[in-house]
Amino acid sequence: MLKVHRDICGYCGCCVSVCPEGALELIDAYLSVEENCTSCGVCAKVCPLGALEVVNEKQV
Amino acid sequence: MKNRYDVLIIGGGPAGAFAAKTAVEKGLSACIVEKRPAIGAPVRCAEGIGKEALLEFIEPDPRWISAEMTGATIVAPDGFVMQLSSKMAGSKVGYVLDRKFFDRELVWKAAEAGADVAVKSRASAPIIENGVVKGAKVDYCGKVTNVHAEVVIAADGVESKFSKWCGIDTTVPVREIMSSVQYVMTGIDIDQNSTVFYLGNEVAPEGYLWVFPKGPRTANVGIGISGKKSGVGHRAKDYLDKFVQKTFPHGRTIEYIPGGVSVCRPLECTVADGLLITGDAARVVDPLTGGGIYNAMYTGKLAAETAADCIGKGDVSKKALMTYDKTWRVSKMGKAIERNYHIKEYLIKQPDTKLNEIILSVSKIDMKEFTTLNLIKEIIRVNPKLVLELGALAASLR
Repeated sequence: MLKVHRDICGYCGCCVSVCPEGALELIDAYLSVEENCTSCGVCAKVCPLGALEVVNEKQV
Repeated sequence: MKNRYDVLIIGGGPAGAFAAKTAVEKGLSACIVEKRPAIGAPVRCAEGIGKEALLEFIEPDPRWISAEMTGATIVAPDGFVMQLSSKMAGSKVGYVLDRKFFDRELVWKAAEAGADVAVKSRASAPIIENGVVKGAKVDYCGKVTNVHAEVVIAADGVESKFSKWCGIDTTVPVREIMSSVQYVMTGIDIDQNSTVFYLGNEVAPEGYLWVFPKGPRTANVGIGISGKKSGVGHRAKDYLDKFVQKTFPHGRTIEYIPGGVSVCRPLECTVADGLLITGDAARVVDPLTGGGIYNAMYTGKLAAETAADCIGKGDVSKKALMTYDKTWRVSKMGKAIERNYHIKEYLIKQPDTKLNEIILSVSKIDMKEFTTLNLIKEIIRVNPKLVLELGALAASLR
């Protein structure tokens, strides 16, 4: 699943624009991950800061 | 905020502000809903705009102009420096804005003209009746209000969700998102009146790094790289930090700005029944430069003009609103986007050696009118071989 490192996230919305599922939403300074996230990792790749990471359930 | 407007505008950036101002000037009621608590902040922009482009919409005001540019500098991958200046020495070619104040000014002008503004108010879902967009659910501090409108204008920026909720695919391809970071740095040695662009696969793969002056010894120092080239250990921030350590080791960073800029083609269609899509949300950013302020103001204004016309005629169907889509596509802006998309696609495929060659060939050119188009024309003039490589596109540049 997708983990948001909130200490790194700059809530810029770069990830939101590439999400094929529309599963991310920026609510002011908070990046929200919806249930339809498929952990495809596209957002984690493009994040300019490295705030997103696809991890397996146990790591969360 | 009321429950019903002629036009509801999602987003309070330059597109939304111009849409709102134009709508009320046309005699319509309009409201801007902005999810952030402040207009203009946080900045997600390098803040550069051409002089003529700005003048088309608003008189420059020192309150929101950070610096005036008289030239530009391009640094080739091999370090060769190309200076570009206007033929008339000292004449302005562009501005670096202060978007916090600029955006506020635009929204203030919209409000002065009679538009309503709601901040910290997020459109969380469209209201759709019989397939027609009829407004939005607006969240404000946990309270949800249904706001109905004849026409909704989506001006919700790069992270646009509204159109997606209305069934339009706005997803930016990974290779066409510029993953970006910018520092506002002070205490650095810069030419206060010239923007600087650094090119090269080592510096900014499939993108560029910029230094845009904000005043004495202060600049926006930023980078955009293709999402395709981004990953663990080689993200936009990694590239920028490397550059800053080398170039401005004693500079102080006073603002930290991540962001995303789309450099894809515009949406295939920027209207739906009851809906117009503008600015970054419509993906009308210039794919070559990443600039989007002018395009946002232009599409915002045009969208409201179209809305006024269609509301007046009692038909806000997709077919009626298509005038907007058709008009911007054949406009100067639409043509520039299409042309610059091809040039961008060509340039990102070139190795550094080729970029060095191109930049060296136009090492010092004086342009009567300083524009990206004129620069490209010059590059082609001195590199006739490029005409073949760029194919049909070159003809359109003559």
